Amino acid sequence: MKVLVPVKRVIDYNVKVRVKPDQTGVDLANVKMSMNPFDEISVEEAVRMKEAGTATEVVIVSIGPKQAQETIRTALAMGGDRGILINTDETVEPLAVAKILAKVVADESPDLVLLGKQAIDDDSNQTGQMLAALLDWPQGTFAYKIEKDGDALTVTREVDGGLQTVKLATPAIVTVDLRLNEPRYASLPNIMKAKKKPIDEKAPGDYGVDISPRLSVVKVTEPPVREAGEKVEDVATLVSKLKSAGAI
Amino acid sequence: MAVLVIAEHDNAALNDATHKVVTAAAKFGGDVDVLVAGEGAGDVAASAAKISGVRKVVHADGASVAKQLAEAMEALVVPMMDGYDAVFIPATTMGKNVAPRIAAKLDVMQLSDITDVIDSETFERPIYAGNAILTVKSSDAKKVVTVRGTAFDAAGEDGSASVETTEAPAGPFKSEFVSEQMVKSDRPELAGAKRVVSGGRALGSKEEFDRLIVPLADKLEAAVGASRAAVDAGYAPNDYQVGQTGKIVAPELYVAVGISGAIQHLAGMKDSKIIVAINKDEEAPIFQVADYGLVADLFSAVPELTDAL
Ligand SMILES: Cc1cc2nc3c(=O)[nH]c(=O)nc-3n(C[C@H](O)[C@H](O)[C@H](O)COP(=O)(O)OP(=O)(O)OC[C@H]3O[C@@H](n4cnc5c(N)ncnc54)[C@H](O)[C@@H]3O)c2cc1C
Ligand SMILES: Nc1ncnc2c1ncn2[C@@H]1O[C@H](COP(=O)(O)O)[C@@H](O)[C@H]1O
Repeated sequence: MKVLVPVKRVIDYNVKVRVKPDQTGVDLANVKMSMNPFDEISVEEAVRMKEAGTATEVVIVSIGPKQAQETIRTALAMGGDRGILINTDETVEPLAVAKILAKVVADESPDLVLLGKQAIDDDSNQTGQMLAALLDWPQGTFAYKIEKDGDALTVTREVDGGLQTVKLATPAIVTVDLRLNEPRYASLPNIMKAKKKPIDEKAPGDYGVDISPRLSVVKVTEPPVREAGEKVEDVATLVSKLKSAGAI
Repeated sequence: MAVLVIAEHDNAALNDATHKVVTAAAKFGGDVDVLVAGEGAGDVAASAAKISGVRKVVHADGASVAKQLAEAMEALVVPMMDGYDAVFIPATTMGKNVAPRIAAKLDVMQLSDITDVIDSETFERPIYAGNAILTVKSSDAKKVVTVRGTAFDAAGEDGSASVETTEAPAGPFKSEFVSEQMVKSDRPELAGAKRVVSGGRALGSKEEFDRLIVPLADKLEAAVGASRAAVDAGYAPNDYQVGQTGKIVAPELYVAVGISGAIQHLAGMKDSKIIVAINKDEEAPIFQVADYGLVADLFSAVPELTDAL
């Protein structure tokens, strides 16, 4: 089984984002950038499939600025085989990302595309499902467990109320949730090895995909700040405060 | 103008998330219809017909949509969209799974997890785990929108819409439902609860979580929530996770017990009306959003609080 893993370079999850004073976006100058945490999980899962002999090749793809190459390298150091960087400095919306990925799928013919369930910058949670629709492939979103079952995949999904298991004919799209696995740290020798792994460089134009945005930003603002309240002495005070606030 | 709302339900009962989406759809404007897709969900369709402001309910009944899997829902909804300017779907796991599939087929960019409708093209939605609020305008001909339930009041129930039936798509589809394991509970549902008591890593074990958090929640008639750390450690089921990647809640009262208050957790609960935090570290970030903070060891403070209520 050949596995394609799209990874996105995003602001590191530990960074407290700041909205720009001119309300055009958030300040990304000099902030730490990392691989989207969900994508680390999908890379890990693909590499485990390869280690278990179910996956034959793990191809990493990222759409983004030149620096997204570092993100691809990180995935290669975790065990990916080769990379494709689709280089653009424009903001590419999930629909356009899905359209480009559909072309990459046409070139690469993977049996499985493993994506993160959500990018932690735009919090869209769309790309995998859109790609599945464009390709007319089945989808297993928010995966908690993925098992190969002959030519099919059995995916257990995290849904409201519990877990749901679905069976997907391959080729298929799976998006991963947090508890699927715990991603490894790349070892130094693997980081060195990854430097020699090939990364193809392309541009959205090579795929003939129109990436012009459908959404325009009117403004980006700070959320209302919540004032810290008071510290209470003890449980009895807490109870009386809650009573007078009408909370209990 | 006309908007289609996709109902959230389990074939037996209509979920209140639907009422909230109807409110958002009404703000968008035009006629509001509700689609109930399910198997043997006649009671759900009847309940949907009572939601205030609904023009009609479209009831699709059949095995292919019994679990509202995305492939079948796409086949059902996309052709219906000829008659609608927008489809509004709750930002539940059903909605998040289904909506982008419809959007891609219609070749439109979806608006995810909106918290306000400014006009028929402009919407507000949180990004970066709620650390920024984006106001965004869509140039697409049709809008595909998922709605954050906590941001809208539930529509009332004084309506009497007509119910029209439609065929469920025939299939077969490339995905198939196998089984599910649902957490059965008599408590209020987390996403819509008026009170929530959440426990964090500090509880240390499932036994302690059940021994301390559950009785407090019982006393308060509250839903039980948890941090990701508590869920990962197996103290509580997945479905209890509150936060950026779990459930978004905004109850009247949120009690955070032994939770540090990481950005990702705050993203799911900081719009609660009153927040209480119990944590032994007075520097814990949770205190920055808490109305009442108690610096204490939870193992003594929680039983004391439960007794005092
Ligand atoms: C992509 C991504 C998504 C995430 N999504 C979510 C999400 O949706 N929801 C979420 O919750 N997290 C999420 N996280 C994880 C988040 O970053 C934190 O790791 C998590 O919230 C920490 O959980 P906690 O507060 O229970 O644990 P900790 O951070 O370990 O905090 C435990 C707290 O308990 C206190 N404590 C210890 N002992 C006692 C005692 N005896 N009495 C009282 N207090 C005590 C400590 O002072 C500490 O503040 C996500 C992370 C990533 C990377
Ligand atoms: N620019 C991108 N390059 C590669 N993969 C992406 C990109 N944007 C999104 N993805 C993938 O789609 C997933 C969901 O992103 P989103 O729909 O934006 O929340 C991510 O976890 C990635 O796997």
